[in-house]
Amino acid sequence: MSRLIGEPLPRVDAPLKVTGRATYAAEHRLPDLAHAVIISAAVGKGRILEIDSRRALGEPGVLAVISHLNTARLPYRPHKGWIDPTVGERLHVLQDDFVRHWGQPVAVVVAETLEQAEHASHLVGIRYEAEAPSFTVPDGESIEPQGGYPANYSRGDADQALATAEHRVDCTYLIPRENHNPIEPHATIAQWDGQRLTVWDKTQFPTNVAEELAAVFGLERANVHLICPFVGGAFGTSLRTWPHTTLAALAARHVGRPVKLVLTRKQMYFGTGYRPETWQRVRLGAHSTGELTALKHEGIAETSRYEHYIEGLLNAPRFMYSCPHVTTSYRLVPQDVHTPTYMRAPGAASGMFALECAMDELAHELRIDPVELRLRNEPKIDESRNVPFSSRSLVQCLRTGAERIRWHRRRAEPGALREGHWLVGLGVASATYHTLRNTASARVRLRPDGTAVIETAAADMGPGTYTSLTQIACDELGLPPEKVQVVIGDSNLPRVPPHGGSQTLSSVGSAVLAACLAARSARQERAHSGAIAGSEIVATETSQPGDATKRYSMHAFGAVFAEVMVDVDLGIVRLAHMVGVYAAGRIVNPRLAHSQAIGGMVGGVGMALLEETHIDRRDGRITNANLAEYLVPTNADIPVFDAVFLDEHDPHVNPLGVKGIGELSYVGVAAAIANAVFNATGKRIRDLPITLEKLL
Amino acid sequence: MRPVSYARATSVAEAIAALRAHPDAAFLAGGTTEIDLLRLDVVRPNALVDINALPLSRIEDLADGGLRIGALARMSDVAEAPAVVERFPMLMQALLLGASAQLRNMATIGGNLLQRVRCSYFRDVASPCNKREPGTGCSALDGINRGHAVLGTSDHCIATHPSDLAVALIALDAVVRTEGPRGARAFPIDEFFLLPRDTPHLEHPTEHGELVVAVDVPAAPIARRSLYAKVRDRESYEFALASVAAAMDVQGGVIRAARVALGGVATKPWRARRAEQILVGAPAQRDTYARAAREELASARPRQLNAFKVELAQRAIVRALETLAETGGPQ
Repeated sequence: MSRLIGEPLPRVDAPLKVTGRATYAAEHRLPDLAHAVIISAAVGKGRILEIDSRRALGEPGVLAVISHLNTARLPYRPHKGWIDPTVGERLHVLQDDFVRHWGQPVAVVVAETLEQAEHASHLVGIRYEAEAPSFTVPDGESIEPQGGYPANYSRGDADQALATAEHRVDCTYLIPRENHNPIEPHATIAQWDGQRLTVWDKTQFPTNVAEELAAVFGLERANVHLICPFVGGAFGTSLRTWPHTTLAALAARHVGRPVKLVLTRKQMYFGTGYRPETWQRVRLGAHSTGELTALKHEGIAETSRYEHYIEGLLNAPRFMYSCPHVTTSYRLVPQDVHTPTYMRAPGAASGMFALECAMDELAHELRIDPVELRLRNEPKIDESRNVPFSSRSLVQCLRTGAERIRWHRRRAEPGALREGHWLVGLGVASATYHTLRNTASARVRLRPDGTAVIETAAADMGPGTYTSLTQIACDELGLPPEKVQVVIGDSNLPRVPPHGGSQTLSSVGSAVLAACLAARSARQERAHSGAIAGSEIVATETSQPGDATKRYSMHAFGAVFAEVMVDVDLGIVRLAHMVGVYAAGRIVNPRLAHSQAIGGMVGGVGMALLEETHIDRRDGRITNANLAEYLVPTNADIPVFDAVFLDEHDPHVNPLGVKGIGELSYVGVAAAIANAVFNATGKRIRDLPITLEKLL
Repeated sequence: MRPVSYARATSVAEAIAALRAHPDAAFLAGGTTEIDLLRLDVVRPNALVDINALPLSRIEDLADGGLRIGALARMSDVAEAPAVVERFPMLMQALLLGASAQLRNMATIGGNLLQRVRCSYFRDVASPCNKREPGTGCSALDGINRGHAVLGTSDHCIATHPSDLAVALIALDAVVRTEGPRGARAFPIDEFFLLPRDTPHLEHPTEHGELVVAVDVPAAPIARRSLYAKVRDRESYEFALASVAAAMDVQGGVIRAARVALGGVATKPWRARRAEQILVGAPAQRDTYARAAREELASARPRQLNAFKVELAQRAIVRALETLAETGGPQ
């Protein structure tokens, strides 16, 4: 039969999803289920003086009001999941009277119905001793982050090279806090059976939920079971296990019944992470012919006072272009906020916005075409590590994209293209995201009836894990898709890395491949030995990266081209067209890859033009914690996008030759749009989002 | 959500009587904002009187060529009504540029006029707010106020009136008809909306139990060539940063009559009477429009984050009038 890898197989879980039979975390039905509602702190910092629950407890249906006053101290054994910050300790919920950030959970109301719990939550009287929270990015006292991406990097002498550079660019860029806003809210159902705990919880990392809850409650790991077959979008917000999951389990234990806890949209802004606000300064030095001589890139990001969230903000500048003198420095400013977290293309989306805008500024300064400037700075190797790239097709991406958007129309002089009252501009940016692969396991069961079951503790938040794993298994086992069942989203299945960082296919896909190979050879052996057929063949394999990562620098690359229209009087920015060209190794499913690339590009439009979490710095409250005022693009904002994947063969990254695409497609979009806005208007907007008042 | 009793009224008289019997009762129409505010604990009725079964959803011709729009007519139905499309395009556009398709299918004309402000401090019971709790102060004055009003504000409230529809209706000199304890009343729409002054909790001149039953839109031949222009951050499902309802009658290069109203920038739907005065009799050209816009915004009182609206509103007025002039005067 023909191979399925590379074919546009429709999503295998689509029928379940479109008919409403895919069950999400909050949709599991249990008898005797009670409902919990979180009460969020209404001060940005301080102490709880009093919690008066009497009125709430007098309401019909109310089972409990749980706070630090009436709950046991939890063991909170040390636990660092893969995705937890190295420095610091997670928020311990309902363990003391301190309020560390606005919206922190301070109590939980449990009732027979959601409406009763909601109502009672308004009747709990809480008095605080409030202090003024501080928000001091970028000027506040900063710390040098430890235990993650390097805080400092340098090669050559960037300061000296800048001082003597023929041409210089020196610009500062601001990106506000952004929230993930998946459509499915965070939700947990918790059920206890003695010392055994079962949770249905929205997560991108099933095994970690079980491990963390075991640590928090002091349970045997084997006694905690997480079930999450479907995830309705996440973008990184469901990688960590957040306080509400613990609260649901705590509430269930408190009332002795299974409890469901669903965060409100508003609560999703106060405790489930966000992309941190960043300040970046980029200085470039270059010859008049365009070759970079110096790059100095500094970044400052917010974090909480209790954890140091670190992301690869300044990773790409170190290898993106050829440059002899490079310095990067990364600092954190702790504030009275909850801990930021990975949000789509963490680090790269922010860092590449600054670098790619600065490159555009340099191109303008040098009167060199921005595409040409990038071509002239194409490195032969990863100069930060002195190793070759496993594959790198940025040049082809830039050339293909320029052709597809008809880049030749672009005028170097800003404001030269106009249609009626619309100024038209074209902009470009490069994109990159590192190719991750980590140890993963998978089990294959070949059933006597000729079907196969693939089992692994992976997740599918939308990119199509169910489908791509089916394709891999079909090809290796020689089966049609209807004879392969993929089972994921369960902490009792073979262990895999988190479903984030664009590493699921490279890691889990490799494990499934290995397990299928093992199952196939077991089947052959059995056939040769003449053993009795009829019993199931089970093969479990663990796949881990070899030493290729030491010999090669592994990244996916892309180029984004934006055509924008800016209303000359009103400052409105609208997209006319966007082209994303990506080289990301083998594309297992072009239909899903295209869908994911389009989604990433739309997300990038939000970052460029719309998204900003508004924090009232007087007290830390967020004033647009809802989907009416935290703006993401609507269909009406998005024209038809052209997303293209180039053929790229990379034998080094992993056995499948795949690189991630989810993060990659987000990177560079904001810079391409900002650069196009400059080309249209002559105005450099260096603080996102690019709202109309900045262009009036 | 707080416990509320629910009753479905079968006649206008019954609905009014039901409210008179309960000082804390409220009418329930489309519910697209009211239920949100109930769940947020911002409004606290203890009884809801559902008026959806009342016969108030018709759109009828008035003898003078105007329209009577029933208070329970849905936004989507009014936007599609041929009489609205032909005679009052600005009304159709204001409706279609508001909310989302789903909301427009539920939301009623009466409810649209009575919708509460979108100020995030009003909608957050943890914030001081003079409109929600008189005397507690206005959090928006020095808070996140990018979306707030620059016209008609007071030291007690700067919340923007969110309706698009009301802006078109105020340009059209609509009349709001009510029935209540004092019988039938009619309010010129400009008087139906109160400025916040030092009583921002009072938004309408109506009394408890008074029900909006219809909106009359008088005949206005000038409105056959009219428009509603809305400036916002995204193309759909967002409130205006500035909007303009405009109609203009130009003959021989001179403006004979003009209607201009503003949304997104004022504490109530804002009839730009000063601008209209300047326009009428003046040459139909860009500097006339700019002068009219400048004069209209002269009384603006911006705050830190919404200062751009003063300029934006002027440019939006100019754009709207230029567009009208380019596409020709009324038929």
